[in-house]
Amino acid sequence: MIRKPAIVLAAALAPAALFSASAQAGDAADRQAILDALADEARAADPAFSGFSAAVGETVFRTVWAGGGDKTPACTACHTEDPTAMGRNAKTGRPIEPVAVSVKPDRFTDPDEVSKQFRRDCKKVMGRECTAQEKGDYITFMAQQ
Amino acid sequence: MTTQRALHIAFALSALIAAAPALADDDWIPPVTDAMTQTECGDCHMAFQPGFLPARSWAAMMDGLADHFGDDATIAPDKTAHIRDYLTANAGDRIRAEMARDYMRWVRADGVPQRITANPEFLDEHDFRQEVWDRPEVVTKSNCPACHTAADRGYYDDD
Repeated sequence: MIRKPAIVLAAALAPAALFSASAQAGDAADRQAILDALADEARAADPAFSGFSAAVGETVFRTVWAGGGDKTPACTACHTEDPTAMGRNAKTGRPIEPVAVSVKPDRFTDPDEVSKQFRRDCKKVMGRECTAQEKGDYITFMAQQ
Repeated sequence: MTTQRALHIAFALSALIAAAPALADDDWIPPVTDAMTQTECGDCHMAFQPGFLPARSWAAMMDGLADHFGDDATIAPDKTAHIRDYLTANAGDRIRAEMARDYMRWVRADGVPQRITANPEFLDEHDFRQEVWDRPEVVTKSNCPACHTAADRGYYDDD
């Protein structure tokens, strides 16, 4: 008698769980497609390209470049030292959702959004565009956070 | 008076009261209703209500996104045009809202102000000690929602 409602509940929840799992699989595939395009670009720029590295991506994230705006010497100026934490735009004060994929699974899944954000943020932090290698390393690092 | 009739009148009165702040509240300005404006402007800061600046200011702002207060805020040309149209159509000199009028009366006929926070109306309402501006969540004077929690809906109560 007690089991029946449990079965009904499980049946009701199953599609939601499936949907969430498939949404995350879709996110991972979208992110991989962006990484693949960046890999092509990196290879075209340097034939010795040997893939992306999370460790190098972490260095990109933590380095104090100080080539851009006064308030944004490093990625961490807005995103904090912890990619899983909420950040804050150092210039406008607007809260920023965590960059870490574990906390925000749809990070780095929209190619237009990704290229817009790198274009803006690299200029603000480094004072120049990021290379495809740097972008790929950064995404690879964040995908593991 | 029948109970039903009394209820009708009470309902009509409550509807009037509910509509009143939108018509004559000097702490309210019509909020941004355009989704693209909300998304693109709101990417880096609160999407400020167009009623705070005159149409010519918004036109100049949207024409100068390559150097937007020191940052490159350029977006696709079709999006720029759409947002420019929305902001200018709903600008402070195009709408009838009390708070917009309060801001517009300080703008010279040929003025093209860019900073809402430089308007005397703003300065007069925000004459705080430096400690208030130094609070970590404030960061800058243009960060309205740090204190006005319903700023995105156009409410700027003194809280």
